[in-house]
Amino acid sequence: MSKNLRINNKQFVDETRKLSFVFNGKKLHGYKGDTLASALLSNGIHLVGRSFKYHRPRGIMTSGSEEPNAILQIGNDDALTEPNVRATEIELYDGLVCNSQNCWPSVKFDIGGINNFLSPLLPAGFYYKTFMWPANFWEKYEYFIRKSAGLGKSPTKQDPDMYDHRYIHCDILIVGGGVSGLIAAKIASDDNKKVLLLEDKELLGGSLIYDDSDISKIDDQKSSEWLKKLIDNIKKDQNITIKTRTSLAAYHNYNFLLARQNLTDHLSVSDRNNKIRQRLYKIRAKKVIISTGAIERPQVFHNNDRPGIMLASAVKKYIDYYGVRCGLENVIFTNNDSAYETALSLYKSGTKLNAIVDIRDNSSSEIVNQVKSLGIQIYWNHTIVDTKGYKRINKVTIMKLNDKGNDVIGKKIELNCDCLAISGGWTPMVHLFTQSGGKLRFDNKDNIFVPDKTNLDQLSIGSAKGDFELDEVLKNSIKDTKKFLQIENSNFDKINVKCSKEKEKKNIWLLPSDKPLSNTKPFLDYQNDSTAKDIKLALREGFKSIEHVKRYTTTGMGTDQGKLANMHALGIVADTTNTNMGDLGTTTFRPPYTPLTFGTIVGRNVGQFFDTFRKTPMHEWHVDKSAKFENVGQWKRAWYYPKDTETMHDAVQRESKAARESSGILDASTLGKIDIQGTDANEFLNRVYTNAWSKLQIGKCRYGLMLNEDGMVYDDGVTTKLGENHYLMTTTTGGAANVISKLEDYLQTEWPELDVFLTSVTDHYATACVCGPNAKKIINKIFKDLNLSDESFPHMSFKEVKLGNINCRIMRISFTGELSYEINVEASYGKYIWEKCIEAGKEFNITPYGTETMHLLRAEKGFIIVGQDTDGTMTPVDLQMDWIISKKKYDFIGKRSLYRSDTIREDRKQLVGLLTDDPNEILEEGAQIVKDENKKPVNMLGHVTSSYFSPTLKKSIALAVLKEGKQLKGQKLLVPMINKTIKVTVSDTVFLDKENERING
Amino acid sequence: MFLINCPYCGVRDQSEFVSGGEAHIARPKQPTELNDDQWAEYLFMRKNIKGIQFERWNHVHGCRKWFNVARDTSNDKIEKIYKMGEQPPKI
Repeated sequence: MSKNLRINNKQFVDETRKLSFVFNGKKLHGYKGDTLASALLSNGIHLVGRSFKYHRPRGIMTSGSEEPNAILQIGNDDALTEPNVRATEIELYDGLVCNSQNCWPSVKFDIGGINNFLSPLLPAGFYYKTFMWPANFWEKYEYFIRKSAGLGKSPTKQDPDMYDHRYIHCDILIVGGGVSGLIAAKIASDDNKKVLLLEDKELLGGSLIYDDSDISKIDDQKSSEWLKKLIDNIKKDQNITIKTRTSLAAYHNYNFLLARQNLTDHLSVSDRNNKIRQRLYKIRAKKVIISTGAIERPQVFHNNDRPGIMLASAVKKYIDYYGVRCGLENVIFTNNDSAYETALSLYKSGTKLNAIVDIRDNSSSEIVNQVKSLGIQIYWNHTIVDTKGYKRINKVTIMKLNDKGNDVIGKKIELNCDCLAISGGWTPMVHLFTQSGGKLRFDNKDNIFVPDKTNLDQLSIGSAKGDFELDEVLKNSIKDTKKFLQIENSNFDKINVKCSKEKEKKNIWLLPSDKPLSNTKPFLDYQNDSTAKDIKLALREGFKSIEHVKRYTTTGMGTDQGKLANMHALGIVADTTNTNMGDLGTTTFRPPYTPLTFGTIVGRNVGQFFDTFRKTPMHEWHVDKSAKFENVGQWKRAWYYPKDTETMHDAVQRESKAARESSGILDASTLGKIDIQGTDANEFLNRVYTNAWSKLQIGKCRYGLMLNEDGMVYDDGVTTKLGENHYLMTTTTGGAANVISKLEDYLQTEWPELDVFLTSVTDHYATACVCGPNAKKIINKIFKDLNLSDESFPHMSFKEVKLGNINCRIMRISFTGELSYEINVEASYGKYIWEKCIEAGKEFNITPYGTETMHLLRAEKGFIIVGQDTDGTMTPVDLQMDWIISKKKYDFIGKRSLYRSDTIREDRKQLVGLLTDDPNEILEEGAQIVKDENKKPVNMLGHVTSSYFSPTLKKSIALAVLKEGKQLKGQKLLVPMINKTIKVTVSDTVFLDKENERING
Repeated sequence: MFLINCPYCGVRDQSEFVSGGEAHIARPKQPTELNDDQWAEYLFMRKNIKGIQFERWNHVHGCRKWFNVARDTSNDKIEKIYKMGEQPPKI
């Protein structure tokens, strides 16, 4: 630590707690209370990074979230390292390790720096213009562009930190704990409102808390002393909840806001164990007060980006708050009075101030007069035309401005400095206001955009609304807050504020130089290296909208999102095109205000908590038998049950054979089940399914197909008539929730006259499905008294029986083509009945099979799976299921759409079977089908929807959708793959047991 | 994220609801009487206006009731909520 840079300041920095940290491999020291930036500066380090495009050396520029340059890689752990961390925001902790980004081999010697000399060849739009030709070179270009794109390195391992979410409701949310926010909090609390106060720094008080000026006074006290008493008061206030280190990320409609609190980032790594790192607050506020303050603007002149060039307000904060001198020989360059506060801070701390350069003709405010009286040299009506010093500024050259302010005159004066403090005025932080949908108004006096119209219950106060002088800030904040909260009186009504008043204002968006613009580098966006030249180039090339200029030049598109750059970019566009800035408007401010880490966004919803998942009552049994699972909707379904070293293919072949040759058992509990009751239940089924239901008898089951109103297949399933006005509908596993929603929609909105009640009973029942030639024998062993003869219990019928005390609903229905019984029991008996079936089936080699085998078995029979063989563009006619469309019914959902001009086209894609010429060749699902692969462009006729190797048929089978498929049976077609072309023949969709004989065992 | 005042449950977060598109489009009583154009008008054509739009919402993670909402699409302000079967308000 350089002794002469650290000055005595015990108020905010604890000099008894020395912290060590490592920057670019070098061990350094700072104190508790420092930010990484202030600690680096106290070690004389300004140069921390290289710019993105030209790799120019860049130094710490600001003291807050607007920092464009000092973005570092924190940590070197593969899991915990974090790129693009602003050194100005991260609190120093013991053991912090950080590195510069975007430079190689080091920040001091960076090979990419050659881009700076090539910069005349790299104007705005360089990439767009250069890498267009020849078009087929793009893949090669892309490799190199991707390599050079992006800043920093992402962690490569899973984030081990914990993150949390919490909801908060409050009467008044106050964003920003500066003086205006604190006053508003107190006024609201005194009115008995529940107040939530957010502050992104660790301490309340904003910039006034370290203001040591004796010019500004509140109630005859030093303003910072007055503020400290207010803060003490607020901390004791029961109505006010304070969250520090909490930055507001997003302000959405209806006063819904997201804020991120840092809980451990300021602790040494060893103190973070088992603590939540960050918490995301989801806030609903009845009213919102925005008091986020303002950020200082730089000035735009030639070579305004060297390390050592900083915002004047930052230089002041580093002295007054952190006790760190940013340089030993300072020059200030300003267009307004606020930089004179920096002059006074430098003077009071005994730091050398060589000169102040002010573009105004004069200023006679109290503060300027005080600086004048100290004998500090002020160059009025002067501007900086150049700076020198590659890795650190060492000289500025100034010249006199002409009357119009568009050129420089007279002779050059050189001033030595190792720190140049610049101020171009202040920009209210209106980001949150505009995020919430608020509209801005341009204030010509201060050249700022200020909040104007909003639809929400919100208020902007303080410098966030454009009040910059202390008396205005306080008086207007009190007045506006009272009006906003509809309060007559407050304890602040008699407040007495004194401060210096600025009288002279002058603003030049792009300062002139003695060189032509084309030979200068006046930077606007430091991070993205866009200069005033780039903006002018974009305008010359015809870009008019500010949104287009932004994207073409990348101004404001860095991690700082143009917090510093945007106003000057707008100003230069307005000046060049002779437009009023108010008419030009701003680019859109989007959340988050500062970057959020993904961990904060997802909170606890990671790993097994990413989504809820549903398990059947038999789940543990499947787990015990080493089943592999697949996700179907939210369900975990047994996919297949590998034995020993079996592959998936082996297991599925074995399971399929067993089901066809003896017996198999499937957990079908996940099928959607809807209990339908009411005197109009039958009429309802007639309206929602394509087929007729009027004649269905009690105890019988029927397969139904449900369409959307557009005629496309929506869902299918078997419905059983349990009683006169009582049905049990089954749906697909994935479609259950949507089906009941759709049915409820029709009942509530289109057919409210129907007496029908729907209840989802999916979770109430567990289903074991026993199938195969020996299924009847197995069921007979369990239900000894049940007559299973085909006469008494035929296919598509239902029986209700008791097994001890357990009510069992048995449906004889089949999705495999085999003799098959589905036993439904109350969910809590699911595992019992499953094990009962397994035990009874032992002698018949009963084999549990999963969804993959189920899919294979049904494909052999040509049964569709909605969502696999259909995709929302298939009508029942396309599926060759004309038989299920009732001709007699007057109406059902989707009926009218089945004879629209488009749905009756003969050349629609239709479901067909495919057989490969080589019976061992298995097609890939999704593969395209063509007739002629040589004629380009190749005409795609359709694609494979289901494909398996059938162990029973000993050949590969597939279902596909194919243009004019019905006409193409027997045709030879091609399925081109990456390294081969597979020959196929169009076939019938039913591959096995076309006569349906297996259904009876 | 809206706050929606369900006519049956009270004010709830938008995440409990789903939107069901434009309201007051009754399903034709006799679809078979309609020609293709008329049927397409019912099936596909929806308004997309800047200003007050009448739409259907369902309290899907609550009472599961459908109701109507008059929403200003320019600022998402909900001007009026009214039950199914009621006429759209004059706004």
